Amino acid sequence: MEKPRIRVSAVNAKPLKNSNSRRKFLKMGGLAMAGSGLLLYGCSDDDDMPDPNPPGEVFDLGSGDVGILNYAYALEQLEAAFYTKVLDGSYWAGANPEEKMILEDLYDHEVIHREFFKAAINANAEASQVLPELEFDFSGVNFADRDSVLTTARVLEDTGVAAYNGAGRLLQTPDFLVIAGKIVSVEARHAAAIRSIYLDDDTAFAGDDVIDSNGLDLAKDPQTILGEVGATGFVVTPFTADNLPQ
Amino acid sequence: MDIIKFLDEFTSESLTRKASSRREMLGSLGNLGKKAAMVAVPFGLASTSGKAFAQSSGNDAIGALQLALTLEYLEAEFYIKALDSGVLPSGGRAEAVYNQISKHESAHVTFLQTGLGDNSVDSPQFDFTAGGAFDPFNPNNDMAYAQLLALAQAFEDTGVRAYKGQATNLMGTDFLTPALQIHSVEARHASEIRRLRADVLNENTNENALGWINLNNRGPGMPEATQAVYDGEENVVQGGVNLVDATGFSAEAVSQSYDEPISGEVAQQIAGLFIVNNDG
Repeated sequence: MEKPRIRVSAVNAKPLKNSNSRRKFLKMGGLAMAGSGLLLYGCSDDDDMPDPNPPGEVFDLGSGDVGILNYAYALEQLEAAFYTKVLDGSYWAGANPEEKMILEDLYDHEVIHREFFKAAINANAEASQVLPELEFDFSGVNFADRDSVLTTARVLEDTGVAAYNGAGRLLQTPDFLVIAGKIVSVEARHAAAIRSIYLDDDTAFAGDDVIDSNGLDLAKDPQTILGEVGATGFVVTPFTADNLPQ
Repeated sequence: MDIIKFLDEFTSESLTRKASSRREMLGSLGNLGKKAAMVAVPFGLASTSGKAFAQSSGNDAIGALQLALTLEYLEAEFYIKALDSGVLPSGGRAEAVYNQISKHESAHVTFLQTGLGDNSVDSPQFDFTAGGAFDPFNPNNDMAYAQLLALAQAFEDTGVRAYKGQATNLMGTDFLTPALQIHSVEARHASEIRRLRADVLNENTNENALGWINLNNRGPGMPEATQAVYDGEENVVQGGVNLVDATGFSAEAVSQSYDEPISGEVAQQIAGLFIVNNDG
């Protein structure tokens, strides 16, 4: 079985299940999407599985648990890079003490998550299978503006929750599942805090826009998440996710 | 009403005194297992209440879901009674937050009952005074609001840790993803309740009250009796790597970045404090 590798950009991004969140993503990326969002993904099943990352080619996240760890590493790189910019921005410098502390903690946590995955993947895979440091473009975010920063933070944190919740079943190693569980609840704490300080609705911390009638939080598979992330235009370095477990 | 003063009292002497009879009981029990000894009074006193959890042996997934259902029964009934009590300030943030959480916990009960089908368990009978240590639904109790907030935070953080501890028992089943989806909802609740408590206490910039767990700090105003819920959260080693050494970040920051699981046994001990043991 062989399917074509699909190249995704903002123009032909895979339709999202939740059109509402798509709108928010598009808004978040603003006009900066055109020409960026060079995120590739697809679902080709190569029977004879060559080295997924021959030198000089676009990096592929890989298969099995290492693929999922690389996927998480990509998302943590994105979050860490975003909060790094936040702490360099004038909104954060002049924010009220509570918001300042919260965002500084989020920076710490996401950088720690990022460094953890870097170490964990290096410990479990050849160096050539470790996702390189990604380059990001946050020109669509105004780091001087509270709305712009907190809207983006909210989307990133909710995306993190949905991504870990959706990826848990794809992990084979119990220890990795436990660690993903340790991280996702912190992402959920972040999401609730950002929503609570930013949105007027007192129920926004676990609002009806993210929690369904069974009381269940978001859960999305990697392809959906990568499609949404690609649509933001934040990720400059291309990579593929052709071999992730499904 | 001076809520800070109330909470100060709540935190220290009065609660310790109220718990004294239980502490004597603990002493009289003699040699408790090491695990039981690690948990604090009174949130770990229910070591005899395992019977309240009709867990079937031999199927880890069903046992995990039955434990989850029992914890959801506890939370669902707690929030319904809290909202009915008249203790929460009417029309404010706390009431809105409790309403939203109540909706979720009741939905979790229905969801798990449906999922378990014939393996569902009945709700135990709950005693939210924990044998007299608390009086959270009594509008005439000046500490009732503080106790409602403290119990909510303890229940939510317990839920987060308990679901996390059961995840591997659900691997390979269709229940893993929904359990993770409930787990992160509990974490959202825990974050909000911690921040709501901070707001009530004017402690919004307290590092122990920002929505995540700093080391094993239960947070400002939380009674010492709830410490068992937070013991172990100070862990900084993940995947065998000490992340303080590996990243250069502080132990505080590293511990905040990861929530720690608890075993089903510890979850039962904590919840068991609030379960009436019919054959006791």
